[in-house]
Amino acid sequence: MNSLYEQLGGQAAVDAAVDIFYRKVLSDDRISHFFDGVDMQRQAAKQKAFLTVAFGGPNNYSGQDMRNGHAHLVARGLNDSHFDAVASNLSDTLRELGVAENLISQVLAIAESTRNDVLGR
Amino acid sequence: MPVVRYCGAAFEAAPGEAVLDTLLRNGVIVPNSCRAGVCQSCLLRAAEGAVPDDSRRGLGAALVEQGYFLSCVCRPSGDLAVEPAGGLETPATIAELDRLSPTVIRVRLRMAEPLVYRAGQYITLHRADGLARSYSLASLPGEDTLELHVRRAPQGKMSGWLFDQARAGEPVSIRGPAGACFYTAGRPEQPLLLAGTGTGLAPLIGICRDALRTGHTGPVHLYHGALRPDGLYLADVLRALAAGHSAFHYHPVVLEGDEASGALVGALDKTVVNRHPKLAGWRGFVCGDPSIVRLLQKKLFLAGMASSDIAADAFVEAPAP
Repeated sequence: MNSLYEQLGGQAAVDAAVDIFYRKVLSDDRISHFFDGVDMQRQAAKQKAFLTVAFGGPNNYSGQDMRNGHAHLVARGLNDSHFDAVASNLSDTLRELGVAENLISQVLAIAESTRNDVLGR
Repeated sequence: MPVVRYCGAAFEAAPGEAVLDTLLRNGVIVPNSCRAGVCQSCLLRAAEGAVPDDSRRGLGAALVEQGYFLSCVCRPSGDLAVEPAGGLETPATIAELDRLSPTVIRVRLRMAEPLVYRAGQYITLHRADGLARSYSLASLPGEDTLELHVRRAPQGKMSGWLFDQARAGEPVSIRGPAGACFYTAGRPEQPLLLAGTGTGLAPLIGICRDALRTGHTGPVHLYHGALRPDGLYLADVLRALAAGHSAFHYHPVVLEGDEASGALVGALDKTVVNRHPKLAGWRGFVCGDPSIVRLLQKKLFLAGMASSDIAADAFVEAPAP
């Protein structure tokens, strides 16, 4: 049985998804203010890392990294509604790319597993 | 096993070992973070030997062209010589100083030996006493002199010196080049959009001229933003360039003023996106003030430009004394 990452198409799938996903996130009024003034190129690299994690791909990110990386946003009010918004942008991206629903639920389950770390709980 | 050479030392890689791990294992200090080929903090440059394509994934064309790769995921199949970014100082002489506007001076430097660079990269100018500041190159490789545009910064040490005291013939030195904001050949028909404020114009002029000289056939749109019309330096030169190249379009933009001056009036980012609402397939170059660079990057991306097709150079100012 191929891994989720392989079934999705591996690195090529991450490359195909990253701009679509990040463009949705930046255009989403619920969350776009968290990205005001950030360096886009660096942020795109972080989005890519996140997608690699969510796609079940190779990564060395730990729960602690997720906490540290979002602590300044939690201090600015990052909460469940924002997490939900990102997750819905993620599933919309995958649908737009024609990914099968059973794979989308697996990706969302991995994303969901980071929720408490992202929100610092 | 492949041998990795670094700064005069040679290390044998273990089977399947990444270049980063080979270097770290031997006590070489290399910045690194994600170890997954994502964060790009472990970038090195290959001076000799081939690196696998995997280790260049996600890097912009400019970085790839210069030989950069991600050392944490680079498992070489043959010997490699690698180096960190950077160069040593080279002697130069100030050849010419011309005021282009009340606040911008053009500095031309003659090098003791020709500098290898790409138009749009930057160098660091060192005064004899060690004072150093970075400036972008407006000149093209092969021209007699290097051309810099220096804005007079409030209480700026280097800019104050260049405006008020420095004379032609003054010995200086430079370090560099550096930076990844430059034209890359290979897609001559791709439309280009270049935008910047103030002396962000310097690298953009270099990039435009490089593209035109290389035979770029797609449209090249250059937007230069200034607060008022007197900040639109080199407007005559750019209008002449546009008159001589049908693919090149020069668009001056001012925040304060009226359209009778021949400039567009408004904020640079809004003006650009209003005139080019769909930018899928375009390549963009944005330079100058960091907050405007970030804003423009985002606007171009949201208008459909791929993130890997946006090259940016945000000018970081030295802290005021």
